[in-house]
Amino acid sequence: MSTAPATVDGPLLTADGVPLKESLQISLRRSKMRALLLVLPPLLFLIFLFVIPIGNMLTRSVDDNLINDVLPNTFAAFETWDKKSEPTEAMFEAFYKDLRDADRTDIGKASVRMNYANPGWRSLIKRTARKIDKMEPPYKEAFLKADDRWLDQDFWRSLGIMKDRVTFGYYLNAVDLDYDYDKNIIQQDEERKVYNLLWWRTIKVSIIVTIACLLLAYPVSYLLATLPMRIANLLMICVLMPFWTSLLVRIVAWMIMLQQNGVVNDTLVAAGVLSDENRLSMMYNFNGTIIVMTQILLPFMILPIYSVMKTIPPSYMKAAQNLGATPTLAFIRVYMPQTIPGIGAGCILVFIVAIGYYITPELVGGKDGRLIGNMVAYHMQRSLNWGLAAAMGTILLCVILVFYWVYDKIIGIDNMKMG
Amino acid sequence: MALPIYATTGQRIWHYTYLAFCVFVLFFLVAPLVAVIPLSFTSSPFLNFTPEMLALDPDAFSVRWYKALFGICDAVDDSASTMCHNKWMTGAGRSLYYAVCSTLLATFLGTLAALGLSNQHMPAKRAIMALMISPLIVPLIITAAGMAFFFARVNLSNTDAGIILAYTILGMPFVVITVTSTLVGFDRSLMRAGANLGGTPTYNFFKIQMPLIAPGMISGALFAFITAFDEIVIILFIGGPDQHTLPRQMWSGIRQEISPTILSAATILVLFSVLLLTTLELLRRRSERIRGITPH
Repeated sequence: MSTAPATVDGPLLTADGVPLKESLQISLRRSKMRALLLVLPPLLFLIFLFVIPIGNMLTRSVDDNLINDVLPNTFAAFETWDKKSEPTEAMFEAFYKDLRDADRTDIGKASVRMNYANPGWRSLIKRTARKIDKMEPPYKEAFLKADDRWLDQDFWRSLGIMKDRVTFGYYLNAVDLDYDYDKNIIQQDEERKVYNLLWWRTIKVSIIVTIACLLLAYPVSYLLATLPMRIANLLMICVLMPFWTSLLVRIVAWMIMLQQNGVVNDTLVAAGVLSDENRLSMMYNFNGTIIVMTQILLPFMILPIYSVMKTIPPSYMKAAQNLGATPTLAFIRVYMPQTIPGIGAGCILVFIVAIGYYITPELVGGKDGRLIGNMVAYHMQRSLNWGLAAAMGTILLCVILVFYWVYDKIIGIDNMKMG
Repeated sequence: MALPIYATTGQRIWHYTYLAFCVFVLFFLVAPLVAVIPLSFTSSPFLNFTPEMLALDPDAFSVRWYKALFGICDAVDDSASTMCHNKWMTGAGRSLYYAVCSTLLATFLGTLAALGLSNQHMPAKRAIMALMISPLIVPLIITAAGMAFFFARVNLSNTDAGIILAYTILGMPFVVITVTSTLVGFDRSLMRAGANLGGTPTYNFFKIQMPLIAPGMISGALFAFITAFDEIVIILFIGGPDQHTLPRQMWSGIRQEISPTILSAATILVLFSVLLLTTLELLRRRSERIRGITPH
């Protein structure tokens, strides 16, 4: 600048005499504040109604506060016991005090918790609590009169599992392990082992569904991406219509298709492929879950692959063939590597959604199509073992968050497109 | 995708096998939904195609299940009278109420978030974006369980307000995503030009930015609406008997008294989804046109 102002040595000033740098910073800060103010209400809304509730639920998976609040004296007396000799009078007295002072509903809740440590606690406490008002020292005899199981050391020793306010017992249960009375980790009893099977089945179903979706989606996406826009848009309706239709409607539709007297079986029988008594059972079992979940999640695979394929110029394939590649080789070496981002996005998306599925397996899965999500619901609503439900939910959530993180790293969430 | 004239027989076979496979997949996607429609006009109380229906006997078809759906009771038709209650219509009304309220709230909050997140000076943009979208990723069963405990503690379970708030959470990510993607093509100098011409930021927003991001807002709102309208997991966990929505009615219909009424409801919902899809497609085209992106 040849006609520099007189203040060339000092900092550059704006019209109102503030240094330019400072002025820019102020405007930048203002812009930042405005952005923050815009984001703040939705963010707080989300934190209060989504993040905190979920976080809260997850703490239930390690929470053993209730039992320690209800039976403080008992646990204190338990600490003085050598765990070999007969339970002492002091322990019975402590237990008596706790039962006498505690609230009825709290005792009920605590006994449910204790039942997980040693089945039998609940009935034991129920019978004893009934007579608690008439008890007089020595408490040992009074307790034994109420129920002679009080001499059984197993009950007393099982207190050791619950004496800490933080427990990992629910996590152990969720993977078919358990604590013994000295808090060593042991295998769960054979007849109570169900969860590992369910975890495996959930992962198996998710992988099968993901692969099935990929195999079905890839050719169709290619067709949609290479057809003229007008026809492709028309076919796209076939992909988007199920996407937009109510989940329950789709499940009902599949029931009609797959049941014993359903459309598929009727057609196969009419075509002479099957005899009338050999109708396939495709509903209320593992197959049902797989078929229905594949159809429901297929659009999640087609859309990302399609949108990646749209961006690949057709001239690349032609160039490869010009250079002497056969169409197959050109497709495998030139086209397919470019579609990998779409494949990755689709697979992660389908896998994440599949692994937490609940409604579909519940309605069409029957007995051997149930997944871990159904177990979470079962423990939430029926068995009321909320600690175990929370532990399974936490494990599930962690698996999903890992994949979500990978998805964000590879594809970026801001690239998520809808419809 | 046309086959060149010089294609060999092998290529031809391969090409037609490929086309057949694609047709099969598209058929797999749509066939169940299409099969529902004729079956909803059955006159029998069973959920399968009777031989009479296949023979196109007019007596095999009726609209009795639609009557049952809309709560119109035939005194003559005994078997329908047991089904004849108005739960479907009241359920649809409830669902509509929750969906409209939560959509309005979600669109407002989601647009705010998208506007803030599109600002280039926004700190911790990526993390906040990931958080805002997380309700889509976290399995519904976990969200529902968390909300069930929390809402019970703050006296929101079994209330309309609780359900509307929960559905707002589910709908918000859609609005954030769609509005953010319309803002990608937004030319910020338009806002500066507006400010130069003397418009206040609020005035400029409503006059310049809002009309341009409106397609994104509407399509996000449609996603939020359909999600709320169709939601079943959360309602099972936090809804009481007074919050009997349409999906809940379908749920109990599937689990307990399965009758073709559910098919007539399904048919209407399929047509409804086609309508929504068309709206969305028209919106997308409009958005591309006003943002100056030529369709490819």
